[in-house]
Amino acid sequence: MVKKTKTMSLNFGPQHPAAHGVLRLILELDGEVVEKIDPHIGLLHRGTEKLIEHKTYLQALPYFDRLDYVAPMNQEHAFALAIEKLLKIEVPIRGQYIRVLFCEIGRILSHILNITTQALDVGALTPALWGFEERETLMTFYERVSGSRLHANYFRPGGVHKDLPTGLTNDINDFCIKFPKVLDDLETLLTDNRIFKQRNVNIGIVSKEEAIEHSFSGVMLRGSGISWDLRKSQPYECYNDFNFKIPIGKNGDCYDRYLCRIEEMRESIKIIKECIKNMPSGPVKSIDGKLTPPKRENLKHSMEALIHHFKLFSEGYRVPEGEIYTAVEAPKGEFGVFLISDGSNKPYKCKIRAPGFSHLQSMDHLLKGHMLADVPAVLGSLDIVFGEVDR
Amino acid sequence: MSIVLTDLEKTINSQLTTALKKSEISFNQLFIEINPEDLISVILFLKTNEKCKFRQLIDITAVDYPGKLKRFKLVYLLLSHENNLRIVINVQIQDKTFIPSITKIFPSANWMEREVFDMYGISFKDHPDLRRILTDYGFEGYPLRKDFPLTGHTEVRYSEKEKKVITEPVKLDQDYRNFDFESPWEGTKYNKTVIKKDHKKES
Repeated sequence: MVKKTKTMSLNFGPQHPAAHGVLRLILELDGEVVEKIDPHIGLLHRGTEKLIEHKTYLQALPYFDRLDYVAPMNQEHAFALAIEKLLKIEVPIRGQYIRVLFCEIGRILSHILNITTQALDVGALTPALWGFEERETLMTFYERVSGSRLHANYFRPGGVHKDLPTGLTNDINDFCIKFPKVLDDLETLLTDNRIFKQRNVNIGIVSKEEAIEHSFSGVMLRGSGISWDLRKSQPYECYNDFNFKIPIGKNGDCYDRYLCRIEEMRESIKIIKECIKNMPSGPVKSIDGKLTPPKRENLKHSMEALIHHFKLFSEGYRVPEGEIYTAVEAPKGEFGVFLISDGSNKPYKCKIRAPGFSHLQSMDHLLKGHMLADVPAVLGSLDIVFGEVDR
Repeated sequence: MSIVLTDLEKTINSQLTTALKKSEISFNQLFIEINPEDLISVILFLKTNEKCKFRQLIDITAVDYPGKLKRFKLVYLLLSHENNLRIVINVQIQDKTFIPSITKIFPSANWMEREVFDMYGISFKDHPDLRRILTDYGFEGYPLRKDFPLTGHTEVRYSEKEKKVITEPVKLDQDYRNFDFESPWEGTKYNKTVIKKDHKKES
């Protein structure tokens, strides 16, 4: 009698703590070895792109907070940059510095979440507890500047919504002094940890060629040894003014990506410190009254300010016809916005390029031949957030 | 960067003489327009040519222009790490025509093409697995087309009677109100053209 081997299909998710949200995987298993993975996404699809087409530019901005809800301001940034380029306006230098400051805070927010949940997926509970405390501190910075811990709606076309409240820079500076210690603590828990290494070293290896072919970006690209960071290669905002390094990996496995993220957080801290030290004074948003709302006190005295305010929050502004693609280095990779304006006050088309989409796509390729237990480990190191994958 | 961009435009123009319908640089980006028949050869050229080296596919998307004969415009965004350049490729196509899939050239095109199919109903020839991707199982219609209503056609709820989740036509207690704030008395130049082609209003 011939021994027949039979593969087993296993349904993973859509509600599973290791799925980082709502991911459904249909796995074909031969024993414990993964033969095929078919990810089913779209369970968090909210039709963001359709909704944006029906809103004015200012009303469309908050949708970007809800994409990658782990680092909201980085997303807003891409959309604001697209509109600014179409309108051909410049952001005042203080506004640019504040944006950089909060982009880097967003990067730390996202990387802490990713590293600690990745550790959680492979069995370490403590990092998540320690890391989330720091995230809490960072989110209070978000709250103090925008009034909201997550859905900030702070980066507006033309600058940022409001100037920093007094004392915030000092508190952020204090955080920057304390935080490297926390990173060291996290590293003592993970970097040389035997179990963590067994679960991550040589798992989910991506070669340089594969990384490019599969449209990887961000840490997924750098973990494989490609030195590519949009902050350096296609600098936007005032990233040229800052001195920072781009950590790259060697082997392209889950462990290298973890190390890259740790190093990136240290670089982010450097940028934040430099940012606070050199923070220029001046306006935080464009002073063109047709694009940015007037100050509240002016509303009581100036008729023009009142008209501007009314027009901005009812009709909005019109953006000249044109097509543009702008990308920023979000914590998860290249986050891009392809915006088409038809000259009206609403975008004609707004395509959101989410880095996680192409990363998740390669799951099948990355995990073929791995064990079932490696699925959550690789998924964790891909840094998937379903808000942006499903849009 | 803009100097390199003009060089690139020249190279592409000289190499792809007939295939290229239009090329322009706006907002510091290179846009080219090609015919759907040339898609594979042009993308292969851009990927492999020594001077171009657009080895990464960033995204594929489509735009719907309901008034035009060639209703859809497919957009391919490519990136070259070596040259630090981006290019946008536009392809105009009619409704219900097939477009060659580029999954053989870029494996990552798989899901991107699936998304375009899901959202706009554009079919790709030789795609290995053209299923819907973002919408629900059993969904009908193409949501990002301009004639698809914002509310959708169906809604789901749990029915206590049937003890299961059921799908029924959307019932709105109040009509969807699309406020039109664009003021007709403000005499800007582009204002009039906008009002003329206001096809969004009736939907």
